[in-house]
Amino acid sequence: MVRFLGGLVGLFFSGMLLLSFLWGAVAYVSAPPAKTVESAFHEHPKKVSWSFNGPLGHYDKAQLQRGFQVYSEVCSACHSLKQVAFRSLSDLGYSEAEIKAIAKARQVPDVDPKTGEMSTRPGLPADHFPLVYPNDVAARAANNNAPPPDLSLRAKARHDGPNSIHSLLTGYTPHPAELLKKFPDAKTPEGLHYNPYFANLNLAMAPPLTAEGQVTYGEGQPKPTVDQMAQDVSAFLMWAAEPKLEARKSTGVAVLFFLIIATVLAYMSYQNIWSTKEH
Amino acid sequence: MSFPWAEHYTPKHPLMKWVDEKLPLPRFVYNAVGGGYEVPRNLNYFWNFGVLAGMALTVQLITGIILAMHYAANAGVAFDSVEHIMRDVNSGWMLRYAHANGASLFFIVVYIHIFRGLFYGSYKAPREMVWLLGVVIFLLMMATAFMGYVLPWGQMSFWGAQVITGLFEAIPVVGTPIKTWLLGGFAPGNASLNRFFSLHYLLPFVIAGVIILHIWALHIPGSSNPTGVEVKGPQDTVPFHPYYTAKDGFGVGVFAIVFALLVFFGPNLLGHPDNYIAANPMSTPAHIVPEWYFWPFYAILRAFTMDLTIPFTGIVLIPAKLLGVLAMFASILLLLVLPWIDTSPVRSGTYRPLFKKFFALLVVDVFVLGYCGGAPAEEPYVMISQIAAAYYFAHFLIILPIIASIERPLPLPGSITEAVLAKSKHKGEGEALPGMGSDLQPTGHA
Repeated sequence: MVRFLGGLVGLFFSGMLLLSFLWGAVAYVSAPPAKTVESAFHEHPKKVSWSFNGPLGHYDKAQLQRGFQVYSEVCSACHSLKQVAFRSLSDLGYSEAEIKAIAKARQVPDVDPKTGEMSTRPGLPADHFPLVYPNDVAARAANNNAPPPDLSLRAKARHDGPNSIHSLLTGYTPHPAELLKKFPDAKTPEGLHYNPYFANLNLAMAPPLTAEGQVTYGEGQPKPTVDQMAQDVSAFLMWAAEPKLEARKSTGVAVLFFLIIATVLAYMSYQNIWSTKEH
Repeated sequence: MSFPWAEHYTPKHPLMKWVDEKLPLPRFVYNAVGGGYEVPRNLNYFWNFGVLAGMALTVQLITGIILAMHYAANAGVAFDSVEHIMRDVNSGWMLRYAHANGASLFFIVVYIHIFRGLFYGSYKAPREMVWLLGVVIFLLMMATAFMGYVLPWGQMSFWGAQVITGLFEAIPVVGTPIKTWLLGGFAPGNASLNRFFSLHYLLPFVIAGVIILHIWALHIPGSSNPTGVEVKGPQDTVPFHPYYTAKDGFGVGVFAIVFALLVFFGPNLLGHPDNYIAANPMSTPAHIVPEWYFWPFYAILRAFTMDLTIPFTGIVLIPAKLLGVLAMFASILLLLVLPWIDTSPVRSGTYRPLFKKFFALLVVDVFVLGYCGGAPAEEPYVMISQIAAAYYFAHFLIILPIIASIERPLPLPGSITEAVLAKSKHKGEGEALPGMGSDLQPTGHA
């Protein structure tokens, strides 16, 4: 009885699936789905060889500092970094005094201790980076209805995070003529910017890094080309998203070292105990 | 259960004697996983995965309880509290990555455990109850994992909750009220997050309880083995401790290495990047997918693209969405009747030439389903998943009973020991035989 009913259920589901398949196959053959402009022109991020790649990778502090400089002077005009506290900038090699100065230069919201009114005060190392806009509505209003996303986790919130940031920042190109030939309706709308590394090709953000030397790097640092600045800020955002990366990898090496020895010992005792038993 | 030749627990120390009289817990443990549990001597590495699943649950319980000390189940702050764990809690990043990847590893281990059972016929009499309880554990795991994935309140959390609870809307008449009741609102919100957290904390303990029943039911007939031939005498078994504790110790070591590789060197490999974006009800992700361990079932759900209609009238009997939901549940629930569908008296796939071929096809089929479930709902993935899902149902509900009645199994070994000795002779290890003579009891197989 169970087998009979089971067989009927199996026939029903498999039959419906095969019918659906035939239906879909007929539709597929008679009217193949048109290629979308995104699938034709979207590009995968370019690979950069980051210092933090690989099992022993670590952050390059000088690069993170340069990236922080790019973030502060360019990105932070629109993008917040709300998960990051000033105190954690010590990871980048800044001294306590430098961190105090960085925090102090930014106004954070607080309650006025005398009047109880909402006000702002200079930041302290314990504060997080303040929001750029007080709320989402303000962010939309100031940016043509495209609120700039918070960047704290941006490097983990896309596939191939740091590469995707670098490619996006350096990927702005003029609209390819070929694209309009193939997809006449896919004109980049007014106020948007063509970028093949962006999922739907048209991005609200104007190219933020446009000229060499836009940010002045200190003595002994590489030349601030657009590509260099994009790499530096991508590395900085990777740190912002994954500040414990170095601790994670070094702990991992120690854990693996321990586990491999323990497993070899476990294997040997397993062999030893079973040595007189055929199995 | 106990074979007559199993060792008995004899406390030596006066304190242990005293404890044994008042509460025979050490005796219970000894008989369950100690020297008092006799186990077939020929288990292969696939038999490690039950213990590994127990390990995985333990890791989830420990990391989860500590995470709950720092997590805040409130839609306003849940996302930020997870980031607080990642950045400010001592070793919080390790706990969270261990918990997130531990869930994946738990499913990997359990899937291998299930397929071990499918291949070696572990679901057959007299172990049906073990199998049924296993399916219950699997269902509880799926519910727990789904609710756990909602807790970080990222984009995939929110939209995953929306899609999965939305499945219930396919049920006619009562569907929408059920969805509203499950979520505590018309869309995922604070009420949903709170109840999911509460249940996510509760269900693992329910799982632990059902695992005790699972092991209890297993100990009545005793463990199965790769030949599928029942234990015939003392020469066929070894005590669980030290033989299988030692072997499981090695298995746990390998498991821990794989786990460490994931947690420390690729903690986000198995996750979806969109869950690092805070939940936003106003913005739907381009393509909503569940965690990888649900992909095969998600593929089955989406494979149904055609309503069941009365031909030429246009009257819809069952809409495609409802068919998909029914099929998805059926794909798991059919495992509950498996012991009565596969009537072949031979347990182990090793001796079932025809079954073996179809089993290999099923394994490939499930991987194909998994791949399609993770891919966007476009062609050709939908068509591939339709064929794969059709095979899935046909395999269990049509092909297995047919194989059982037409297959001519290979001759079975007379006993476990005979199979073991034949194997070692085959390997040319005959010269090792004298050394193990002490182990062979003078019982009549020789």
